Amino acid sequence: MHEQTIHWKSPALTRVPFDLYSDPQTAQEEQDRIYRGATWNYLCLDAELPEPGNYRTTFVGETPVVVVKDDDGEFYAFENRCAHRGALIALEKSGKADNFQCVYHAWSYNRQGDLTGVAFEKGVKGQGGMPASFCKNEHGPRKLMVAVYCGLVFGSFSDDVPPINEYLGPEICSHIERVLHKPVEVIGRFTQALPNNWKLYFENVKDSYHASLLHLFFTTFELNRLSQKGGVIVDETGGHHVSFSMIDPTAADESYKEQGLRSDDSKYRLKDPSVLEGFKEYDDDITLQILSVFPGFVLQQIQNCLAVRQVLPKGIERTELNWTYIGYTDDTPEQRTVRLKQLNLVGPAGFISMEDGAVGGFVQRGIAGARGLAAVVEMGGEGTGSSEGRATETSVRGFWKAYRAHMEVSA
Amino acid sequence: MIDLMSLCAFNASYAHTIDSDALEQWPTFFTEKCKYRITNAENERESLPSGIVFADSRAMLEDRIAALREANIYERHRYRHVLGIPLVGSADDKGAVARTPFIVARIMHTGETTLFVTGEYLDRFERSGGKLLLAERIVVCDSTVTDTLLALPL
Repeated sequence: MHEQTIHWKSPALTRVPFDLYSDPQTAQEEQDRIYRGATWNYLCLDAELPEPGNYRTTFVGETPVVVVKDDDGEFYAFENRCAHRGALIALEKSGKADNFQCVYHAWSYNRQGDLTGVAFEKGVKGQGGMPASFCKNEHGPRKLMVAVYCGLVFGSFSDDVPPINEYLGPEICSHIERVLHKPVEVIGRFTQALPNNWKLYFENVKDSYHASLLHLFFTTFELNRLSQKGGVIVDETGGHHVSFSMIDPTAADESYKEQGLRSDDSKYRLKDPSVLEGFKEYDDDITLQILSVFPGFVLQQIQNCLAVRQVLPKGIERTELNWTYIGYTDDTPEQRTVRLKQLNLVGPAGFISMEDGAVGGFVQRGIAGARGLAAVVEMGGEGTGSSEGRATETSVRGFWKAYRAHMEVSA
Repeated sequence: MIDLMSLCAFNASYAHTIDSDALEQWPTFFTEKCKYRITNAENERESLPSGIVFADSRAMLEDRIAALREANIYERHRYRHVLGIPLVGSADDKGAVARTPFIVARIMHTGETTLFVTGEYLDRFERSGGKLLLAERIVVCDSTVTDTLLALPL
């Protein structure tokens, strides 16, 4: 077994060492074993690259990546690092290119990441130039495998990663499909800089236990009650999850009142409730679905408010959360307005999600002196199975199950 | 005629209202059917319509303040707005169109002050009953990145 720098007390997933959120060696190993390991990492939406030559720059973990559509209609992704001195090949966030040229010494690449040109390869006036033995196709940025599922473009640095459907599993697939069943378009992009390790945010996404306790707005307007119909699905690897619920306005809910929690403040009413007004667009009556794909992708449907989120580590104690707000291309103007208004619920200023931007930082600061100690993740027992109730941390334990499977493999 | 000085005075009062925590007064700077949105320069360039705050009524602004006071959880902090001189696009007796640059520092309760956001207000003013009000304020942040969260309005 690979020697771990951080010591888990047991194979159980109910005690998470705090050191995992601040240890530099762990962070480095995550880059190798998770982000450049056998995982699928969300790169962009296919809707963002409609034409051949359209590209976006993004990251897999901390590794910069270019994703581009070529003339054959396929997507290609390669490390955004010139084979020569390592400079970024593409500098813009997005654009359209016939090929790519590093600005430093003008080495050039086609859309598939092959090195096609070396400036002054034959020298100048017979002087200099690369040796005759230099072979361009032996050099180039690392390439990623690319898979597109329901318009989501994923990339992997590893040849060992299972096919995307297999990686996601049937239940995650069907819950992605129920939202991304027809063409979407981007209606806005925002980035939130989080003052915490990436895992704290990804755990927060999977944590169905906190939603109605931390987010008072949610609970007050009965968007989410633990006793509503719904549940948590965790895939076999543990790494992916879906938390979902259906609103039942007729159901009386005494569980909060009984506990006398802060969350139950029925005096609070909106002056302009149109922010919450929606329309039924899914036959299955699911009004809230939060879905995560290991290691850093989130698909969100909160009523009619749709978004994908990309979670990227930026150093050990910083995380970048990229929000891409979407609508369907066939939205009516009225439907689009509903989505724009409901988007007040999410994002960096979201009524129900602004707290998530801060709470990871509260943990990061809280554990500053907690070396050798561990978090308790025992709500709902020790398991990582699916659950009908949402007062559980099953999907958080699932995350750690998948995390350990990647991190504890033999070196 | 709505003149530059009246727009400057309006903005000074607007900024002071937010920075002095008189947030309940903030919606009174807007017309009843106002539009208020916070976005960023990249979205504006691509004509992407969403905002991290998106309101199409004064009541929605009141709700936002009520939520900040009663519902949302965030660490205590305040802003310091510094506004530039409005660049007036057009102005007459009834209304004005102007754009005003701003920088906002965020002062955390822990004592840390950081540059939180810079950007530009794209404004449409209306004069109603002798009073100048915002019919529309689009807050275009220069950066796409918001640190931690945005609770107080810009």
